[in-house]
Amino acid sequence: MNASSGSDNFVVFDRVQKSYDGVELVVKDLNLAIGRGEFLTMLGPSGSGKTTCLMMLAGFETATHGEILLDGKPINNIPPHKRGIGMVFQNYALFPHMTIGENLSFPLEVRNIGKSEREEKVKRALEMVQMNDYQGRRPAQLSGGQQQRIALARALVFEPELVLMDEPLGALDKQLREHMQFEITKLAHELGITTVYVTHDQTEALTMSDRVAVFDDGRIQQLAAPDELYEQPQNSFVAQFIGENNTLMGTVSKIDGDQAEVTLDDGEVIDTKPVNVNKVGDRTLVSIRPERVEFNKERLTPGAHTIKAEVLEFIYMGDIYRTRLRVAGSDDFFIKTRNAPDQRRLKPGERIEIGWRAQDCRALDA
Amino acid sequence: MTDNTAQTDNGPVLAADGRPLKASLRKALRAQKIRAMMLIAPLLLFIVVTFIAPIADMLFRSVENQIVGNTLPETTATLESWDFANGEPPDEAVFEALYYDMFLAAEARRHTRVGSRLNYEETGMSSLFRGTGRSLDDLGDDYFDVFEGVDPIWEEAGFWYDFMGAGDGDAEAGGLIDAQRDRLSALLDEPVAGDVGFVPDAEIAAILPRTADAYAAFAAYTALVDEDVVAEEEPWEAVFTALATDLRRDGAGEAIAAYSGDGAAELQAAYEARDQLPDISYTEFFIEEDEDWGSLDTWGTIHAYSPSFTPGYFLTAIDMRLTPEGISAQPENLQIYGTLFGRTLFMSMVIMGSCILLGYPIAFLLANLPMRTSNLLLILVLLPFWTSLLVRTSAWKVLLQQQGVINDLLVWIGLVADDNRLQLINNQTGTIIAMTHILLPFMILPLYSVMQTIPPSYMRAAKSLGATDWTAFWRVYFPNSVPGIGAGCILVFILSIGYYITPELVGGETGTFISNRIAYHISDSLNWGLAAALGSILLAVVLVLYWAYDKLVGIDNVKLG
Repeated sequence: MNASSGSDNFVVFDRVQKSYDGVELVVKDLNLAIGRGEFLTMLGPSGSGKTTCLMMLAGFETATHGEILLDGKPINNIPPHKRGIGMVFQNYALFPHMTIGENLSFPLEVRNIGKSEREEKVKRALEMVQMNDYQGRRPAQLSGGQQQRIALARALVFEPELVLMDEPLGALDKQLREHMQFEITKLAHELGITTVYVTHDQTEALTMSDRVAVFDDGRIQQLAAPDELYEQPQNSFVAQFIGENNTLMGTVSKIDGDQAEVTLDDGEVIDTKPVNVNKVGDRTLVSIRPERVEFNKERLTPGAHTIKAEVLEFIYMGDIYRTRLRVAGSDDFFIKTRNAPDQRRLKPGERIEIGWRAQDCRALDA
Repeated sequence: MTDNTAQTDNGPVLAADGRPLKASLRKALRAQKIRAMMLIAPLLLFIVVTFIAPIADMLFRSVENQIVGNTLPETTATLESWDFANGEPPDEAVFEALYYDMFLAAEARRHTRVGSRLNYEETGMSSLFRGTGRSLDDLGDDYFDVFEGVDPIWEEAGFWYDFMGAGDGDAEAGGLIDAQRDRLSALLDEPVAGDVGFVPDAEIAAILPRTADAYAAFAAYTALVDEDVVAEEEPWEAVFTALATDLRRDGAGEAIAAYSGDGAAELQAAYEARDQLPDISYTEFFIEEDEDWGSLDTWGTIHAYSPSFTPGYFLTAIDMRLTPEGISAQPENLQIYGTLFGRTLFMSMVIMGSCILLGYPIAFLLANLPMRTSNLLLILVLLPFWTSLLVRTSAWKVLLQQQGVINDLLVWIGLVADDNRLQLINNQTGTIIAMTHILLPFMILPLYSVMQTIPPSYMRAAKSLGATDWTAFWRVYFPNSVPGIGAGCILVFILSIGYYITPELVGGETGTFISNRIAYHISDSLNWGLAAALGSILLAVVLVLYWAYDKLVGIDNVKLG
C-alpha cells in the first residue's frame, strides 16, 4: 500500500515553525516528507496544529520559520492560486450563486481553458463522482453527501497533483461517512494523486491512509502506517489517542532484549515489550489493547505471567462482549472478546486469571 | 394503528376524543393566537392611530374638495346647468343664490376659506371673496331703510318672529329648519344640534319663499351658533333683501291680498310701497362690488371646483391644471413639480451610489477584521447615529461653506485659489455630501451583516482553485454580498427620497427635494390638499420602485440583518 511513500519526497516540511501571536508556537519544528501518490493523514486533537500545517501548505498561512517544498521547489513565497493544489474544505465551500456545472468549471475558467475542453473536463469530473445529472442544480439543492462529492470533483477537475482535505467528512452522518471514506481513497489511488488529509477521527485516519501523522502540542508524535500506529504506539499519547487502551502503572524490574518484566504498584509482575524504557527501575505506563487480553489459560503462552482479576461488569455489545475488570487496584480495565459460539460469558464477581503475549503489552514513558 | 388517532375511510382524521383533528388543533392553537394578538395589540393600535390613519387621511385629502359645495351649496347647485363654453357669465338666479350663500358664510366667517381654496386655482379669488363678504350688508340696508320708512314695525324682532313663525294653529312649513341645520353643519364642518325655538309658518313660506328661507337661516344660526333667542334678535339684512325680492316676484300681489295671517296688513302696506325699493338686481350688485364677478374665469373656476371630489390637486402635482375648459398643462413658469420629482429621484440615486462606493470597502473591512477590532470600528460607524441629525447637518454647514474648513484647507494646500473658493453648500453638492454622510450607516450595516455570513472559506476555495485575489473577490465574494447591497440600496434610496431636514438646511435653491415643497404646502401655503397629492405621488413612486426592485432583484434576496 505504501510502496510509493518515502521514495520520492513530493512535499517536504523542513523545520517549519508557526506562531500567530509571537508568544506561543502552534507548530513546533515540523519535519515531514510526503511521497508522490501517498495518502497521508494528519490526525490529532483540536489545537494540535494539524490544520495550521495544512493551511501553510495551501498557502493561506505563512510559516514563521522553516521551508515548505513542493516537488523540490520552495513555495513559501508563492501565492495560493499559483500553487495548483486542490483543496476540499470542511463545509465544502461550494459557491452558492453558481450551479454545480459553474462551480466545476470555475477553476478551468480562471486557467483560461477553452469552452469545449472545459465542458469535457467538467463532465468527466462529474462522472468520476457519479453526479452527472446534477450539473444544472445549485449547491443548496443537494444533500450533504452530494455536496461533498461535488467539492471533491471541483478539487480534482483541474487535475492537481496534490489534494488537501480539511476534515471533509465531518458534517456527514456515520453511514455516509464510511461510504465516502471508501470512495475518496479509491479515487485518490486510481488517479495517483498525493493527498494530505486532516481529521480528528482516528477510524477515518486508520481506514483511509497510507501513513498517519499523529499531531499533539505542535509536534508529530508518531508517523507510521495505520497498523503500526495501532499496534506499536511509540509513546503513551499515541497509545491513548488511537483506539481503546488499558493502562497500568509500574516499575521496570528486569529487561531482557525485547522483553521486560514490570512490577505493578500492587506487586504483581507482568511481561511487557520495552518501548521507551531503558533500564531497571524506570517508572513506566504499561499499555495493552482490550482485545489482546486473554483469560482462557489454554491460549496463553506457557510460562507467561498471569495476574488476578475480578469481573465487575459484563456488557453485551452485539458483535463483541466488553467486560470490566478490577486489575491491580484499577477499576477500569476492559477486555473485549468476540461473540463466538464457544465464547464464555464472564459473570460479575467471578475471579479469573488474565495474561497476554509480551509483545502486545508495551512499556511506555510514564 | 396503535396510536390514539383514528381515520375513517374517506372522512377527516379524528382526534382521540372523536372530534375532527383539524378542529382540535385549531382549538389548541387559539389560545396561543389570542396571546400573540394581545402582545402585538398595543403596537398595532399605535401604528393604526399614528401611521395608517394619517396616511389614509392624507390620501383622502388629496382628492377631497367639499369646501366649495359646503360653503356655497345653492350656488353650485344652480351653477350646474351653466356652461362655460357659452362665453356668458351665469344668470341672475346664480347670483341670487350666491348672495344668500355668501351672506350666511360671511356671518359664519367661512367665506374667506373658500376664497383661499379657490385662490390655489385662480389668483385673486381670495380677495374677491373677502372684499365682497364685507359689503353684503349694504344691499339689505338699502331695502331695510325703505321698509322701515313704510312702517317702523319692520325693525322689530318680535314682529318678524310672529310674522314668519307658525303659532295658534297655523300650518308648519316642514323641513325648512332641518335643511338649515344640515347646511350649518356642513358649513361649520361640525355637527350642529339643538332646538331653534322657531317654527316657520307654511302659508307665509308659500307666499314669501325666499324670505322664509333667509329667515330660517337667520333663525337657525342665531339659535344654534350664537345661542341667542330668535324672537329677540333683529333679522339679518339678507332677510330684507329676500323680502324685497319676494314682493317683486310675479303673482306676489294676489297671494298677499289673499293672506290673512299674522302681519297681513303690514305686508300689504309693504307690497304697495314696492316701487320705492331701489331697483338693483343681484347681478348688478355683485359686479358693482367687484367686476371680477362678471368674469368668465371666476365662474369657470367655481364651476370646475364645485364637485365634492376633484383631481385638481393631483393635476397640480404633475404640473397640469384643471381649467374651466378641461385639463391642460400648467404655464411653463409654474411647472416646478416635475423638475422637483426628477431631481429628488436623481439625487437619491446619486446619494445611493456614493453610499455604495464609500460603504462597501468599510463593510468589507469590518466583516474581515477580528471581532474586537471590528466592534470598535462598528462603534465609529454608529457614532453618527447617536448624534442629533441637526447637529450633524449644522456641522456640514460649518465644514462646507465658502469660508469653511474644507475650502480653507483646499486653499491652504493650494488646490483652490482664494478668490475662487468652491461652492459646496446651498446647492446639490451640499445636499449630496451631507446626505451621503448621514445615510452611510444604513448602507454599511446591512452590507456588514450580509458579509459576515459569507464564510472566509469561499475566498480561500476560489484562490485554491486558481483564482487571483481580484477574480476571487469579483466572481465569488461580490455576488454573495449583493443581497446586502440590495438591502442597503432600498434603505438609503427610500430614506433619501423622503428626506426633509438636511436638504432644507444645506440644499439652498437647487438642492431641495420634493419633501421640502410638501413641507412648504403643509406649513406655509396651507394647501394641504396639494401637499397630500404630492405625498401620495411620492408614496406611489416608492411602491412602484419597490415592486420593480422585487421583480428585478427579488425581495427574498434582501437581507436586512
